[in-house]
Amino acid sequence: MIEGYAVPDFISDFWHYYIAAITAAGILFSLWLLKSQSSVKPLAPGEQAELMHPVWDGDLQELNNPLPRWWMWMFYLLIVFGIVYLVIFPGMGKYAGMLGWSSAQEWQDEKTRVDAEFDKEFQPFAGQDLMAVAADPKAKEMGGHLFLTYCSQCHGSSGQGATGFPDLTDNKWLFGGAPDDVKASIVNGRVAEMPGGLAGDVQGAKEVANYVLLLGGKPHDAALAATGKEKFAACAGCHGEDGKGMKAAGFPDLTDDAWQYGGSEAAITESIVKGRKGGMPAQLEQLGENKVHLLAAYVWGLGGGQKPAPVAPPVPDAAAPAAAPAQ
Amino acid sequence: MEATYNYKVVRQFAIMTVVWGIVGMLVGVILAAQLIWPDITKDLGPLAPYLSYGRLRPLHTNAVIFAFGGSALFATSLYIVQRTCQARLLSDGLASFVFWGWQLIILLAAVSLPMGFTTGKEYAELEWPIDLLIAVVWIGYAVLFFGTIIKRKTQHIYVANWFFGAYIVTITLLHVVNSAELPVTLTKSYSAYAGVHDAMVQWWYGHNAVGFFLTTAFLGMMYYFIPKQAGRPIFSYRLSIVHFWALNFIYMWAGPHHLLYTALPDWAQSLGMVFSLMLIAPSWGGMMNGIMTLSGAWHKLRTDPILKFLITAMSFYGMSTFEGPMMSVKTVNALSHYTEWTIGHVHSGALGWVAMISIGSLYHLIPRLFGREEMFSVKLINTHFWMSTIGVVLYIAALWIAGVAQGLMWRATNSDGTLTYSFAQSVNAMYPFYTIRLIGGTLFFAGMLLMAYNVWKTIAAGKAVNDARISEAVAA
Repeated sequence: MIEGYAVPDFISDFWHYYIAAITAAGILFSLWLLKSQSSVKPLAPGEQAELMHPVWDGDLQELNNPLPRWWMWMFYLLIVFGIVYLVIFPGMGKYAGMLGWSSAQEWQDEKTRVDAEFDKEFQPFAGQDLMAVAADPKAKEMGGHLFLTYCSQCHGSSGQGATGFPDLTDNKWLFGGAPDDVKASIVNGRVAEMPGGLAGDVQGAKEVANYVLLLGGKPHDAALAATGKEKFAACAGCHGEDGKGMKAAGFPDLTDDAWQYGGSEAAITESIVKGRKGGMPAQLEQLGENKVHLLAAYVWGLGGGQKPAPVAPPVPDAAAPAAAPAQ
Repeated sequence: MEATYNYKVVRQFAIMTVVWGIVGMLVGVILAAQLIWPDITKDLGPLAPYLSYGRLRPLHTNAVIFAFGGSALFATSLYIVQRTCQARLLSDGLASFVFWGWQLIILLAAVSLPMGFTTGKEYAELEWPIDLLIAVVWIGYAVLFFGTIIKRKTQHIYVANWFFGAYIVTITLLHVVNSAELPVTLTKSYSAYAGVHDAMVQWWYGHNAVGFFLTTAFLGMMYYFIPKQAGRPIFSYRLSIVHFWALNFIYMWAGPHHLLYTALPDWAQSLGMVFSLMLIAPSWGGMMNGIMTLSGAWHKLRTDPILKFLITAMSFYGMSTFEGPMMSVKTVNALSHYTEWTIGHVHSGALGWVAMISIGSLYHLIPRLFGREEMFSVKLINTHFWMSTIGVVLYIAALWIAGVAQGLMWRATNSDGTLTYSFAQSVNAMYPFYTIRLIGGTLFFAGMLLMAYNVWKTIAAGKAVNDARISEAVAA
């Protein structure tokens, strides 16, 4: 039993005996039934099976052939197998079986063995600078495998994202693109939420959407944008007067081309009307530090990679962004 | 009246079997196409939501199991119970009630499932008001069936009726226990059970729906139509006793094999696996008794396409009931579970066994209900047989390969322990197999259309028989 997960299967001994008793009864009944009908020996060559007397519906009758021997022995064997299995493995109520086997323990043992085996593969990169890891071909290959297994469901197999799931290849980062920022996103997960309805009704949202398009220098309706400018005050608290957002807090830049929920007038309007709620689950507990480290390096390098802020002392052998092959 | 059989209800159910077979299999064909082209129904405007995969899928399973299979069972059981008891049904009024009640249930299912009303329990998706209606109609059916057994003129109860009896009693129990739910609104309810208990009750129900609705009852069909069509006595009374009781005792335990490697306690998983394996014997007992009944009349298989349907059905039954226990072995299940292999297994049972035994039985039954010697065209029966057989073989072979490929792709790992394939890659690998499956399924469906034509022409040339006299001769 795994520590902390020990829940008894039976709330009282009665159910243990109940299960064991009806299991035994079911098997013994099958055995008795088979034996009761096995006494008749196979027909001798040329001998005819007995034809039973009753006739139904004019011509329906039954022969009474003995049980085919191979079938009878197969049934006995299956019953014996069942009994042996239930002696060795759990099944008769709470009786644990001769081997004391449990699926939870088997899983735990296998996980321990496999973790030890494969951690050797990941270990060399643990603690290494993320930019150095990103430049290592072996690490990159393993990172790619991990990405396909754990990340591609949302972010796509090449990291290109989808509506509602950020593109990781454009080198535009909602929560910062420095190696440590990317790793923090994976380790702790991220939550982003924008309330809906801040611009009033749908018309108001449409006006603000046009102002947002204007801020980004994109085609827009000037008249709508003009009225939207005033209403944008409700948005500026997070996204800034200039709409450039605030990386540290994860407030998106509205002037670039990286639209998580679509950048058309209709899509932006919908975001403003309904609000948006995004979340990425924290991965550290499930994957462990070594895998997260490789993943962080891989994801960081997907779009070329942004260097850490200049306050951090540069690592001498850190790969220049250009060294990471373009995706 | 008392001197004749009630053929009306048999006729009604027999015709609806063909109708619902076509409807249910058409939905299946649409679903198979959606798996290849997910957008295929997207542009149908306001209809699109009702035709989405998630809503059509339960419609397909309910239509083929309960509308097609159910109608076939009602038709044959109500025919067989009269002919072998040599007595008219207990009540004509009750017979009509069962027919119209069951059709109403099917209609309500066909409306409520596409609208998205579901309990989320597989093969038990219908919401609580329909569940209640099912219980009422089912009890009416039980009274009708057992009432007829009680008033029988024959001394012994014919073996087919044992199987129908077991199925009627067990389905009552399964339906009532699994459908226990707390209504919230007219179209929404919550299961009376929670968590792993809910899962266990559901699969106790789910597997016994297979065991008693789709197996035991169709064995009843086999026990009448094979000896009738072959003109030979049943192979072994003794074998029928052993496999009948063993089947009933052992099937009840097999449900947990649907929940191997889940939160279900180990003891329940073991019991599910052990009893599933033991189930091979009673299942094959039934297959033997069906196929060996033909001994002495094997030559008839060459010329009689109805016997071909019946005997091929027994072969698929034997194959599926070997495959099922194998898939219940934990080690095999670790590979097969959640893959297309399971879908292939289900269809070798549903198409190869259930549908083919029903089709064969109907080809025997329909001329007799309409005062004809045989079907309009025996040649078309033969064509139908080959379309069905090739269709099933294409279907299950494609999904075997697909399932094993899926299972192997999911477990393949790189030298660093990571998965070799992403899930999407395993989906991508399915396209060729999905295409073969669609072809196989379409072939089987087209066979049903051929049958409808043949049935139509037979009915047009005949006249409904309402004066089939009950034979007075009763052997001791």
